[in-house]
Amino acid sequence: MASNKHTIVALVADRPGVLNRMASLFRRRGFNIDSIAVGHSETPHLSRMTIVAEGSDTQVEQIRKQVEKIVDVIRVQDISGLNIVSRELALIKVKSTPETRSEIMQIVDIFRAKIVDVSADSLMVEATGDEEKVDSLYNLLKSFGIKEISRTGRIAMARGDQGGRRDEGDV
Amino acid sequence: MKLTGAQILCESLLKEGVDTIFGYPGGQVLPLYHTLTQYPKLRHILVRHEQGAVHAADAYARVTGRIGVCLATSGPGATNLITGLANAYIDSVPMVAVTGQVPRAMIGRDAFQEADITGITIPITKHNYLVMDIGDLARTVKEAFYIAGTGRPGPVLIDLPRDIQQEVTEFHYPARVTLPGYKPTLAGNPLQIKKAAKLLAEAKKPVLIAGHGVRISGAYLELKHLAEALQLPVITTLLGISAFPESHELSFGMMGMHGSAYANMAVTGCDLIIAVGMRFDDRATGKIAAFAPHAKVIHVDIDPAEIGKNVKVDVPIVGDVKAVLVELNKEIAAKRHDDWLAQIRDWKQQFPSGFEIRESSTILPQYVIRKIWETTKGDATVVTGVGQHQMFAAQHFFYDKPNSFITSGGLGTMGFELPAAFGAQTGLPGQTVWCIAGDGSFQMTVQELGTIRQENAPVKIAIINNGYLGMVRQWQELFYERNYSATPLWCPDFVGISQAYSIPAECVTQKTEVVPAIERAMAAQGPYIINFVVEPEENVYPMVPPGAGIDQILHEPGKEAS
Ligand SMILES: Cc1ncc(C[n+]2csc(CCOP(=O)(O)OP(=O)(O)O)c2C)c(N)n1
Repeated sequence: MASNKHTIVALVADRPGVLNRMASLFRRRGFNIDSIAVGHSETPHLSRMTIVAEGSDTQVEQIRKQVEKIVDVIRVQDISGLNIVSRELALIKVKSTPETRSEIMQIVDIFRAKIVDVSADSLMVEATGDEEKVDSLYNLLKSFGIKEISRTGRIAMARGDQGGRRDEGDV
Repeated sequence: MKLTGAQILCESLLKEGVDTIFGYPGGQVLPLYHTLTQYPKLRHILVRHEQGAVHAADAYARVTGRIGVCLATSGPGATNLITGLANAYIDSVPMVAVTGQVPRAMIGRDAFQEADITGITIPITKHNYLVMDIGDLARTVKEAFYIAGTGRPGPVLIDLPRDIQQEVTEFHYPARVTLPGYKPTLAGNPLQIKKAAKLLAEAKKPVLIAGHGVRISGAYLELKHLAEALQLPVITTLLGISAFPESHELSFGMMGMHGSAYANMAVTGCDLIIAVGMRFDDRATGKIAAFAPHAKVIHVDIDPAEIGKNVKVDVPIVGDVKAVLVELNKEIAAKRHDDWLAQIRDWKQQFPSGFEIRESSTILPQYVIRKIWETTKGDATVVTGVGQHQMFAAQHFFYDKPNSFITSGGLGTMGFELPAAFGAQTGLPGQTVWCIAGDGSFQMTVQELGTIRQENAPVKIAIINNGYLGMVRQWQELFYERNYSATPLWCPDFVGISQAYSIPAECVTQKTEVVPAIERAMAAQGPYIINFVVEPEENVYPMVPPGAGIDQILHEPGKEAS
């Protein structure tokens, strides 16, 4: 059973407790959530969640079906097999001295990241990209000393028309 | 017309056809209880513990096919529902539970008797609601009943703050439910049904496994038609008992840990399984790796998540069992499997499976169950607790009447029997309900004798008193060197207890008195209790040891195959 990371995208009703329901389901079924990110979708009262979880294909298929059973979940899709764009945002506060500052700025430049705050002994870097890019940047900055890091977890979307339809139910 | 929240709830319950509520009052549901007296059509039954209310609602729902309703106050009242909600959830029982909550302004402040019941019950309800706006109340009730009763049924909880019960608004009961995220599939995919028919036509050694879903969807005739047309041996799960008449020549009883040897051997040796409304619970399948190694699997279930969850499935069919079987029956042509059926009958000859009852001077629990079956002529609804007596009731009563075996299958909840028997009796007035209780299990909810007395429900109660937590003792005997840690059980004088509740009772210690006692119980107008003092260390056989394949059968000593 090959275990790998899956990206699951769910469109959910914007009701109190939905995130709790989702997290509770993963925990109950013995699944580890790598990351979960939620925000408004294109439709009022609906949010889009991106969940990254690890497991074999059958395990992830099972969890997807279980997620689908949550009444507040309108649609859910495992988009791992599709051609997707995935992004993560990170804020990294790195130690800096007058000597290291320009070196750090160069690295940040190469990664097309941004310096968003400067203080006497640190720089705050904003980076977006897929997980690997953020990881590489982080690894390079590590040698200067990291003071603080905050990452959002992955959000993702399938390219073009691969995402599945919208359907409004009425019974 | 403007109504209070409490009135809106009552009106909505009436719109849903509710006539019975099992409940227990308290501070946070006082406005509702005050209002209930204005609604004589809503019969409220006062139980003795909220667990009693939820199990009673559960069994009421199982026997009637309607939605069971229970009511509790906030905090401790609500948390007392937990076991019963989990029980209803895992056994797919349609239920709506209403709990009182502290007034909105107090929520989140650890107010007196506040508990986050919606948070607590997320994993054990199909859905739940905390109503924060009186304008949502009627719609919420409508949705709750719809969700509880459709698709794979289950419990839905509505948490209702006290101030909303008192607030006033215009009452409109919605005609429709709009739930974009909830769309159960009822009709099976025609292509898949055709594929299933093809596999059935090709199979040499097929078996049909019937589960609870057959009973839930009421597909008795459709199942019988399928079995007879294709001459399929029918095997049930524990909850599938009474989905197919056991006197039928194609019936081969129950599979699994305490299933018959021949049923387990048939499942292990078959080349095709058509599993209908069952979920491949580990107590039914045994070790998955050894389960039906040569078989292709057709799985019919209303819950897509059940398909492929535990065993690999070749033909998945998502849909309501009855709807699917109606379509499948159109696709099949009559067929016979005489050699295969002969083979299973031969196994049945070789492994009598302990279903004939050994001679004994003492009362054997199997004997009691068999005599209840004989004396009632099988015309009874049997409700059990959890333990050896439950398995004996599954093995030694032969269920021909559809939907006549009520038991806690998935959760295995001790203490289920007494309130559930009461709930079943409430749903089946005028019919015979037998409660088969364990001496341990019975003591978990014994206080519901008070409810039975107050309502004069004519439940017949047989306590199978072996002085042990028998099923656990059996495991200790077989797998823990007879170290009877915490299983010998002191029992009160059950007849004395019954007298205290003004319920006629007797204690039976002689084998010759078993049948006369059962007859006296049946002749009694109201409830009746018999304390059967049985052989203390009797075991349930056959047994598949935990973790083994279902054909790794432990037979009763002296009854191995000849
Ligand atoms: C609420 C609950 N607690 C514990 C158990 C574990 N358990 C399963 S069977 C059993 C013994 C049941 O004893 P009794 O009711 O006397 O029935 P018997 O097995 O003797 O027929 C126990 C303790 C359970 N199933 N449910």
